Amino acid sequence: MEKFVYIALFAPFVSSIFAALFGMSPKKTFVGVIASLLLATSFLASALLAMFVYQTGGTIHVTMMDWIGAGDLSIPFGFVVDQISVTMMTVVTLVSTVVHIYSIGYMDHDKSFNRFFSYLSAFVFSMMVLVMSDNFAGLFIGWEGVGVCSWLLIGFWYHKEDVSPEENPSISPSWAANEAFIVNRIADLAMLVGIFVLYWNTGSLQYDVVFANLPYLNQTVLTTAAIALFIGAMGKSAQFPLHTWLTDAMEGPTPVSALIHAATMVTAGVFLVIRANPLYSMPEVGEVSYFIAALGTFVAFFAASMALVNRDLKRIIAYSTLSQLGYMFAAAGLGAYWIALFHLAAHAFFKALLFLGAGNVMHAMDDELDIFKMGGLKKSMRWTYIYMGVASLALAGIPPLAGFFSKDAIIETAFNEGTIVLWAILVVTAGMTAFYSFRQVFLTFEGDERYKEFGIHPHEMYKYVLVAMSPLALLAVIAGFFQGGFQTFITSGDVMPNYAMSEHTHHLVWILGSIVLAFAVGGVLLARYKYASGLKREMKCENSFIYQLLKNQYYVPQFYAEFISKPYAMISEKMWKTVDMKIIDITVDGIAKFIYSSGDDTRKMQTGNLSNYLNWMSFGLVALLIVAAISSVIG
Amino acid sequence: MIELNDYLILSGLLFTIGLVGVLRRKNLLMLFFATEVMLNAANIAFAATSHYYNDLSGQMFAFFIIAVAASEVAVGLGLLIVLYKRHGTLDLDNLASMKG
Repeated sequence: MEKFVYIALFAPFVSSIFAALFGMSPKKTFVGVIASLLLATSFLASALLAMFVYQTGGTIHVTMMDWIGAGDLSIPFGFVVDQISVTMMTVVTLVSTVVHIYSIGYMDHDKSFNRFFSYLSAFVFSMMVLVMSDNFAGLFIGWEGVGVCSWLLIGFWYHKEDVSPEENPSISPSWAANEAFIVNRIADLAMLVGIFVLYWNTGSLQYDVVFANLPYLNQTVLTTAAIALFIGAMGKSAQFPLHTWLTDAMEGPTPVSALIHAATMVTAGVFLVIRANPLYSMPEVGEVSYFIAALGTFVAFFAASMALVNRDLKRIIAYSTLSQLGYMFAAAGLGAYWIALFHLAAHAFFKALLFLGAGNVMHAMDDELDIFKMGGLKKSMRWTYIYMGVASLALAGIPPLAGFFSKDAIIETAFNEGTIVLWAILVVTAGMTAFYSFRQVFLTFEGDERYKEFGIHPHEMYKYVLVAMSPLALLAVIAGFFQGGFQTFITSGDVMPNYAMSEHTHHLVWILGSIVLAFAVGGVLLARYKYASGLKREMKCENSFIYQLLKNQYYVPQFYAEFISKPYAMISEKMWKTVDMKIIDITVDGIAKFIYSSGDDTRKMQTGNLSNYLNWMSFGLVALLIVAAISSVIG
Repeated sequence: MIELNDYLILSGLLFTIGLVGVLRRKNLLMLFFATEVMLNAANIAFAATSHYYNDLSGQMFAFFIIAVAASEVAVGLGLLIVLYKRHGTLDLDNLASMKG
């Protein structure tokens, strides 16, 4: 089985290197094909590993080599395949394979086709390192690798000009890429602190050693580590207040958005919390866990509210990811780790499908993203309509699709834990989710054909791309039925605690489910009533304070620009002009000037006259003798 | 009785004379002479201390120096003759061709 571990891990790496060989040459379709094949190999290996773990219940632990050994510190380059990592591996490689195939069609006309595949595969490889590592150091390497690849991919069209914020709130791809990178660095600092704290107190970075030592640590250490690691997770999973980069990351090519949102990036934060569940389950850090749940619930609502009014096709989906990540954190914070992981997997399928569908629409609409300029696309894009409809149904939590089961389980958990406030917010958010996802679907595909006045002739995506998307659609439909099986599987090892509803909740499960369902169906129907027949703009509503507040994303980006970026730029300018130019530069320049002028002055000694030289020589000799004499006297 | 100190003072005086010669004279030939004086000052010091300590290695070293000085003069004088033939002078002020 070991070789499957290496195949699953290194196939994306080989793919990346292979594509990189052609990085500078013009488009070659076979690069995309081979990259996709290698990714499919990786998926197959992951699936086989999943079968193995499922059937035997055992875990595979391989140590490739000793990586860092210094004094007491010993970090092997080791990988572990257990119930958690094998689930992540399967989900990541499946979504990535589909995205790779999709990209062959989507990036068809891009002149950096080969480079794109190189980055894309590197992204997947980093994520595989992240999920498979058996220690925090390897996790961190993958974590940073994911950060770098996201920077490369979000800024893939770095040559695009900056435009005014009114036209495009995130200005340009390179700006968005930098924002994503910098925000993640801030969070990573906290994560490093968390890792150091754990190492300092347990003497190891291996998961099993660290977790085995947790009961011997005091409360301060545990709380610090839990908070610091969660801040890292907040950055990667774009939780408030570090969430702004996620919607701006929509500047990247759409397959990248699908990858970031479904498989390779934002799920890493949730994965970290799930992986570190022994830490977060400690009774000493109960408050941190509750904070995670509360923050998750808040973000779920916060993001969903912004999605209600947004006009940008991809940003709406991005907000919904943010919102669903909130749900996952809510579940993880309440101790239902397997439910969080289940929602993560189910969400990956329908979110990737949604993004790829959005990519089809963009492709058809000449990169137009404003849903107010679309409408009636169902005639020309029937399959995309079906895919996006299915994905939105799943997202909205309509049975029997995947989202219903996973989201319902989270909401039930909130009820079961007695956190009624969280439960109520999550239920309302479920209704909002249904509303905004169908607002987007109806505005895009139903109603009057508003795109005509812009002279756009939409056309359906290539056949093979649509076929490649079908596994995701299938999984978005049926993934929910595996809930019971998934629970037994994931909790069969000792890496994941079980979580079951209490007897009391069990009795109420039908009522709770119907309440959620009522909200979801209500949301869909409201969206249908308002938008299915065409776009009627109500200016009074649109000019209201709340609408403007939501449209401007609660003014958070503006707040950051005014109170963080601008003061920082001002301080930087000051520091440049005073400290850098007047102190550091002058010191450095002074040294150089001194050496120059001393050289210039002493050059006069070189007269060419031997007599003078001899004079200088004896002068130097005498000087040295004097120095020697003085130093011997002083001792 | 002539003490070791007297020899060393003589040696020091000779060395100073040689040094002043090296510093002050402008003729290359004179510089050579001055160098010889300095070398022989060292020889006197070597021989004297050797005798004082009843250790022959100092006198051995003096012989070495004499040999080295002789070969140096042989080579040096040859070079001086070439230099004189080429420039018609041995005055250092007129030989400053390596000015930086």
